[in-house]
Amino acid sequence: MFSYCADPDTLGTFRWFSCYLTNGVHMSFYLSFIKVLALLAITAPVALAFGFAGAMSARSHIPPVSWLGKGYIAIVRGVPDIAFFLFFVIALDQAFEWTRHQILCPDWTDPIRQGNDFLVCAQAKLPLGTSPEWVHETYGFFLAVITFAIVFGAFAANVLFGGMRAVPHAQLETAEAYGMSRRQTFWRVLVPQMWVYALPGLSNLWMVLIKATPLLFLLGVEDIVYWARELGGTKTSKFTAYPHGDWRMWYFLFLLVFYLAFTRVSEIALERLMQKLSHGQATTGGEAQRKEAVA
Amino acid sequence: MSCLQTIQDYGLRSLGYGERLLPKTDFTLCEQFTLIGSGMIWNVYFGVMALVTGFFFATALALGKASSNIWLRKPSEWFIFIFRGSPLFIQFFFAYFFFLSLKKAYPMFDAFTSAWLGALIVLFFNTAAYSGEIFYGALRSIPKGDVEAADAYGMSGWARFRRIIWPTMLRLAWPAYTNEAIFLFHATTLVFFSAFPAWRQKGDALYYASYFADKTFNPFVPYPILAFYFILLTLVIVGIFGMINTRLNRHLPKARKAKMRFRPNLAR
Repeated sequence: MFSYCADPDTLGTFRWFSCYLTNGVHMSFYLSFIKVLALLAITAPVALAFGFAGAMSARSHIPPVSWLGKGYIAIVRGVPDIAFFLFFVIALDQAFEWTRHQILCPDWTDPIRQGNDFLVCAQAKLPLGTSPEWVHETYGFFLAVITFAIVFGAFAANVLFGGMRAVPHAQLETAEAYGMSRRQTFWRVLVPQMWVYALPGLSNLWMVLIKATPLLFLLGVEDIVYWARELGGTKTSKFTAYPHGDWRMWYFLFLLVFYLAFTRVSEIALERLMQKLSHGQATTGGEAQRKEAVA
Repeated sequence: MSCLQTIQDYGLRSLGYGERLLPKTDFTLCEQFTLIGSGMIWNVYFGVMALVTGFFFATALALGKASSNIWLRKPSEWFIFIFRGSPLFIQFFFAYFFFLSLKKAYPMFDAFTSAWLGALIVLFFNTAAYSGEIFYGALRSIPKGDVEAADAYGMSGWARFRRIIWPTMLRLAWPAYTNEAIFLFHATTLVFFSAFPAWRQKGDALYYASYFADKTFNPFVPYPILAFYFILLTLVIVGIFGMINTRLNRHLPKARKAKMRFRPNLAR
């Protein structure tokens, strides 16, 4: 990175660290932080969409649809989420490959599950064996995003379902009295009002989502945990110009501080948002603001 | 091999008794059920131990956070903030490598690098912080009248705490504390997936479930078995905590009894 980095052995402590922390592998480490942020940025809206669909189907008047929605909420919440992470990554991969196999190789006669193997034809492999490295990585990341969205979608569905039920019933009755159809009542009266009730739960969910991002490591993505383990391990001068002892503890301390700062900043931002949203609302939060303005 | 034989061989495998080698091929349903169930011993061990010890520490933390003494309040606040603000997964990693460094300097810390103690300490701190926050919230919403009544009866200090404040705090916090307990049991599955090694393949339920899923490349059998065990465990927790809740609220008229709401929750 810097011109004096050519021979690290001769450098002083400060310069040594300035070179060490800017070498190639550390750039990958910093890049993995972007990966985590990207995961959050993509997962949050997708999970919200999943949650909205789940809550809608749980409210449905058609029994099977409502069972489906309620089952989705209940199952994902009753079992450790990490089990779902491990499950969905393989299950989704196999589901995609199986579907492609059915379409692309219809005349394949061998069974797909042979003993302990899962065999599909070469054209159905995802990603194709011939594709470059970045396709494999992107595919892994894509699977991780869907897995996160499914699991957190169930949590969001639960929160949104509660939010929908918290909207005063009189509002819905009024809408019906005005001759609105069920669909119109839902979209024009219920949905705009439910957000205030759902926001505390959703902001809690956001914090939980942040704290779940290190689980990316279990899904086989080269994330911050992976790099912290790699970079922190003991390095001898045989393999690197920057030999050091076992520094994994310090790398994980850094991650700990990163997450603390991240959650703290989100907490403050969400509090501001809540202040804004409860302005003029008939809730205790809104009432407190009104009293403050009067006094 | 009959299923009874399998249970004899692998029922206590997670503790190191019975057959040494895990099955390698031709996994039967019975083997999967037995081994994953055997792993549950660890989940229950971690959960129960952390919950019981964490309960007392959580009470202390809540009182510390509500204290007017800055020397008690600030450390409690920081402790709760650090353990609630960071992922449990990273806490496990950090603690493991921290204990590893300690062990290098002082060999007496040897036990801390194995899961039964090291991971338990992390879980203990973690659940203490989460429950401490719940208890603190409850402490702040104790009805003013209750404390005033205690004052009127001439109670103060320890007697007032022991007979009025503490039971009321528990009563208010109990539904949320039930969730925390369920949540803690789910979190125990993280132990062997963070840095703590499963020595001689003595792991928890998820460890064995993922072992089977990796070997058979078929996630559709072991994970549902795991889910079955955890749903069972969750129901047991809800039952026990519900009984304690009834006991805590036994003096209230029926209609006013706080309804237990079953809300198992989220990752940390």
